[in-house]
Amino acid sequence: MVDEETIRVVRCGGSELNFRRAVFSADSKYIFCVSGDFVKVYSTVTEECVHILHGHRNLVTGIQLNPNNHLQLYSCSLDGTIKLWDYIDGILIKTFIVGCKLHALFTVAQAEDSVFAIVNKEKPDIFQLVSVKLPKSSSQEVEAKELSFVLDYINQSPKCIAFGNEGVYVAAVREFYLSVYFFKKKTTSRFTLSSSRNKKHAKNNFTCVACHPTEDCIASGHMDGKIRLWRNFYDDKKYTYTCLHWHHDMVMDLAFSVTGTSLLSGGCESVLVEWRDATEKNKEFLPRLGATIEHISVSPAGDLFCTSHSDNKIIIIHRNLEASAVIQGLVKDRSIFTGLMIDPRTKALVLNGKPGHLQFYSLQSDKQLYNLDIIQQEYINDYGLIQIELTKAAFGCFGNWLATVEQRQEKETELELQMKLWMYNKKTQGFILNTKINMPHEDCITALCFCNAEKSEQPTLVTASKDGYFKVWILTDDSDIYKKAVGWTCDFVGSYHKYQATNCCFSEDGSLLAVSFEEIVTIWDSVTWELKCTFCQRAGKIRHLCFGRLTCSKYLLGATENGILCCWNLLSCALEWNAKLNVRVMEPDPNSENIAAISQSSVGSDLFVFKPSEPRPLYIQKGISREEVQWGVFVPRDVPESFTSEAYQWLNRSQFYFLTKSQSLLTFSTKSPEEKLTPTSKQLLAEESLPTTPFYFILGKHRQHQDEKLNETLENELVQLPLTENIPAVSELLHTPAHVLPSAAFLCSMFVNSLLLSKETKSAKEIPEDVDMEEEKESEDSDEENDFIEKVQDTNNTGLGEDIIHQLSKSEEKELRKFRKIDYSWIAAL
Amino acid sequence: MGEFKVHRVRFFNYVPSGIRCVAYNNQSNRLAVSRTDGTVEVYNLSANYFQEKFFPGHESRATEALCWAEGQRLFSAGLNGEIMEYDLQALNIKYAVDAFGGPIWSMAASPSGSQLLVGCEDGSVKLFQITPDKIQFERNFDRQKSRILSLSWHPSGTHIAAGSIDYISVFDVKSGSAVHKMIVDRQYMGVSKRKCIVWGVAFLSDGTVISVDSAGKVQFWDSATGTLVKSHLIANADVQSIAVAEQEDSFVVGTAEGTVFHFQLVPVTSNSSEKQWVRTKPFQHHTHDVRTVAHSPTALISGGTDTHLVIRPLMEKVEVKNYDAALRKITFPHRRLISCSKKRQLLLFQFAHHLELWRLGSTVATGKNGDTLPLSKNADHLLHLKTKGPENIICSCISPCGSWIAYSTVSRFFLYRLNYEHDNISLKRVSKMPPFLRSALQILFSEDSTKLFVASNQGALHIVQLSGGSFKHLHAFQPQSGTVEAMCLLAVSSDGNWLAASGTSAGVHVYNVKQLK
Repeated sequence: MVDEETIRVVRCGGSELNFRRAVFSADSKYIFCVSGDFVKVYSTVTEECVHILHGHRNLVTGIQLNPNNHLQLYSCSLDGTIKLWDYIDGILIKTFIVGCKLHALFTVAQAEDSVFAIVNKEKPDIFQLVSVKLPKSSSQEVEAKELSFVLDYINQSPKCIAFGNEGVYVAAVREFYLSVYFFKKKTTSRFTLSSSRNKKHAKNNFTCVACHPTEDCIASGHMDGKIRLWRNFYDDKKYTYTCLHWHHDMVMDLAFSVTGTSLLSGGCESVLVEWRDATEKNKEFLPRLGATIEHISVSPAGDLFCTSHSDNKIIIIHRNLEASAVIQGLVKDRSIFTGLMIDPRTKALVLNGKPGHLQFYSLQSDKQLYNLDIIQQEYINDYGLIQIELTKAAFGCFGNWLATVEQRQEKETELELQMKLWMYNKKTQGFILNTKINMPHEDCITALCFCNAEKSEQPTLVTASKDGYFKVWILTDDSDIYKKAVGWTCDFVGSYHKYQATNCCFSEDGSLLAVSFEEIVTIWDSVTWELKCTFCQRAGKIRHLCFGRLTCSKYLLGATENGILCCWNLLSCALEWNAKLNVRVMEPDPNSENIAAISQSSVGSDLFVFKPSEPRPLYIQKGISREEVQWGVFVPRDVPESFTSEAYQWLNRSQFYFLTKSQSLLTFSTKSPEEKLTPTSKQLLAEESLPTTPFYFILGKHRQHQDEKLNETLENELVQLPLTENIPAVSELLHTPAHVLPSAAFLCSMFVNSLLLSKETKSAKEIPEDVDMEEEKESEDSDEENDFIEKVQDTNNTGLGEDIIHQLSKSEEKELRKFRKIDYSWIAAL
Repeated sequence: MGEFKVHRVRFFNYVPSGIRCVAYNNQSNRLAVSRTDGTVEVYNLSANYFQEKFFPGHESRATEALCWAEGQRLFSAGLNGEIMEYDLQALNIKYAVDAFGGPIWSMAASPSGSQLLVGCEDGSVKLFQITPDKIQFERNFDRQKSRILSLSWHPSGTHIAAGSIDYISVFDVKSGSAVHKMIVDRQYMGVSKRKCIVWGVAFLSDGTVISVDSAGKVQFWDSATGTLVKSHLIANADVQSIAVAEQEDSFVVGTAEGTVFHFQLVPVTSNSSEKQWVRTKPFQHHTHDVRTVAHSPTALISGGTDTHLVIRPLMEKVEVKNYDAALRKITFPHRRLISCSKKRQLLLFQFAHHLELWRLGSTVATGKNGDTLPLSKNADHLLHLKTKGPENIICSCISPCGSWIAYSTVSRFFLYRLNYEHDNISLKRVSKMPPFLRSALQILFSEDSTKLFVASNQGALHIVQLSGGSFKHLHAFQPQSGTVEAMCLLAVSSDGNWLAASGTSAGVHVYNVKQLK
């Protein structure tokens, strides 16, 4: 199929949703947010991603609704283009090529055909606000080179720029000053706060700015948590400000409501504060939002707010301060200890999420499925506090069991360690805590693994620890007179010469357990827990350990810290081969014999895919990433691919995902990104655009009712008018975007024809076929309509109208012509 | 420089009294301040905030209201039910008129300055006509149910607003009847308080009435319709005072939390004429209740129970940034309350109703510059001299030799002779002081303790010869003919030949003591 294409490393979702303020559509039905190189369109009601607008070649840095047409959306990107989208259909309408990196985008309704953008031209740290004139042209790609400079030396973040009072002025903040540029007068006023020298004003820095929609009032947020409301700022001397203070730390973002009666603010307290009438005593709170509020935006209709949070989450909030929907992306703001895992049930990627949580993230839909609270303690956000960390997690028994380890180490000797075992509950479709083990080991747990053999009758878990022991835990009956229960208990404790246990691994059939003790690998029988044999290569501590699978199950692989990869044959108990490779990540593919290893060198990371049976790799890709790869995982494919080329066959059954140090989730793909990310729901969205208001329920139904009644009465007279929704030409006309419709002249005849059609065809059909039954007629009718769609779509055929009109009587033809004329003028007038 | 021993006198437990009201006079740029003990002080804001004039307090007089009328005339009213006018030249009380309405809570002078309005405990509002040398009762307004705590004139002089308990009344001055009665919400943060006291009202020329009340609200009322226009909840405690700028573009309120809020009239947008009142800056210069505020063209003035007088300049109104434009906090008394006897190492402290005599501690140790020396003998409280009667002490002095103490109240002058016998002190009052010495504004002893200089409020300077246990009136320097000017500052040269005196009109007179000229 696509053999010619090469394998490329692509970013696969999980990108920041909270990079910029989200934007609401004019009717508040959709919310737009930037997501890496794409713009995502979510429904505010269902939280589903409706469209992904892709076309930018680099990070999208700003989105704004087109003020002149609220069904269109502007977006700008670091690739130097501004694109205009039809977001309902997900179509790119126009591309304006600006040519320099754009860092933010602003639109003002009053400034027709021009938008504002933040660019940096010469020096890397100096940003300017410019106005970009968008030329009117019919072509798809237009060069927009006409930049006019507005403000210099501004902050890069779009939070530090705000346009106020219908575009009369623009306010920009940076460090300790606020500058206001008046477009009419072309003057800039600058207001400086006392700077950091003085201890009292040490944190006076501006952080964000917002402008009142109707009054001349600028709100600015500060580092020390204060909000200042500036007024009278036309005068350099008479300016005045009011202080509002609730936040104890930096104000992250500010937004005025549409009418300007209230001001919203948020910060790291994760509390949304609504200041009513801009008075200090009159404020409302929405607390416990989970993470630092990064951005706040307000829908143009005024009924919704939304907050973007540092844990890659967007919360949609009603005007009455009730959270109504949560759009959660991959949580990425913390270090990953657990590595990447796949939940066997949902095929979701599992890793550390919010503090103390395990997140289940769907790779297909790029959204979080759910969060599992493991630590179950209130997270206290304070700098320098040592938190409990979720360090290890493992799935067992086809997703029935989940084992987690959490630890907190304040001092060398004070270790708090806890292991929890969670059982999957089918009824609640979630994990329920079954067993909690305090201090399962005396020291940190280094590895955790379940016996995943199919035939094993008893779930078994092995933990390896730095204290020199590995422990085997089994599920036992824990019933008492009150209830039936199961619990986990320790079954066996093993050690080897007091060496630290570093890794453990079960063979595929579960008969053997391999535990590495620093440099030595020990093999244990999983039935009797006898030490079978040891391997010692004296090549450094074992970093990774895994058994081969399927046909290669007789091999055991170990990667050492000294950069040596060893393969032992378990039958002969001898070293099969070894290779010099500094392995960082070693992951077996569950569906094949393949093993992927990622090595780290000074220039970047390289991928090797090999079978344990032969030392020669199947596939090598150099330089998959500049930075260190921390974790990797094979994800089984739902539908196997069929790469014929030998080099790509390893991707047939599974897909390999890996996570780099900067926490970007990457994968390998052969398809072009457009193809890959095309959602399955790419059909034209012929959504009922009528809002479901109470009026709709009363009148819409009522009308249908009427229609039905009418039909009943008309049926007797054998005259049936189709409902407007059922006429394909009409629905086609209404659902096709205006810019792709043919000329009105052409449409008019089609439209009139379609209205006339049912009666005409009926009479036309009735003559040759003589059908009486109503039902049949109706089905015939629909058939006929279907035919008509095809004809209509075959737009080149202009003769189709004539065919039908031939059968009309002369008087009717006259009437119709008249009708056509009238209709045409009416449409033209539009 | 010579060598000094520095005493740290930490035993002067001077307790100043809280500020009750301030009144700003725009014409002369002077500020009148009254304290809770009845003292009234006049500061000259253009002369480096100097305390020019001082009227001693009286125990029975609690000043509740202070206002300037007809240019330079200062009136006060208090809980004893009297209206008083102060003589700013002679520094005494001109007269007191009983208003016959019980304690007076509020007073306001009409914009023209010819009429005076007082609000009384019994709910009456009384109008007085100011005549050149007295005030005359004119008539009563409609009597209200409860005490009138605040009053404000409309700038045109046709209407007044009166704040009472739970409501504000608007009176028509011509008819004297109440036009509107505006009920103030008792609710305070959702809880119904017992009563809502309207502590202050201000009537603006556009008909807006601003009220401040004990529920912490600043409210704007339309006096034409009697309706509430806007309400600002600014404090959890009482808002106790309000003052509006003359241009009516800003006002200031003081709260019981010690915060002063500034409100400004700001245009809504740059090109519209619509304006709105916006709370702008809070100032926290006080630790206790701000009982009173005033608004000068360039500064906000506030005073309260914490006894500080704070003058906060408005930066946007100040043209040149200099020392005058800085924030000013007047904490220390401007008068001389301490006098010392060099010979005997004695200190005399003056309190409102008593005098204390202390002997300084001494040491035998010597040390380097900046060293703290150990005391071999602690400071001694030698004498506690209480006055009789309700009047406050105006001034006091101890002679350099330590054997004479003199002090004066409004009605009497006292001179004592001290005898030291080892550690015992005996005190003997010198009786039969001549009547012209009473109500002295300043007392001074000559360097050799043989002469006593007394500046009386009649403008005369008296020289008294002291010898042994008796005294003899030597001479009186009479003021220049025609002027009745009180001398409030005295200084004598060290050889005792020259005496300098300065009066309220800021002139300095130098007299030769030897030749009595």
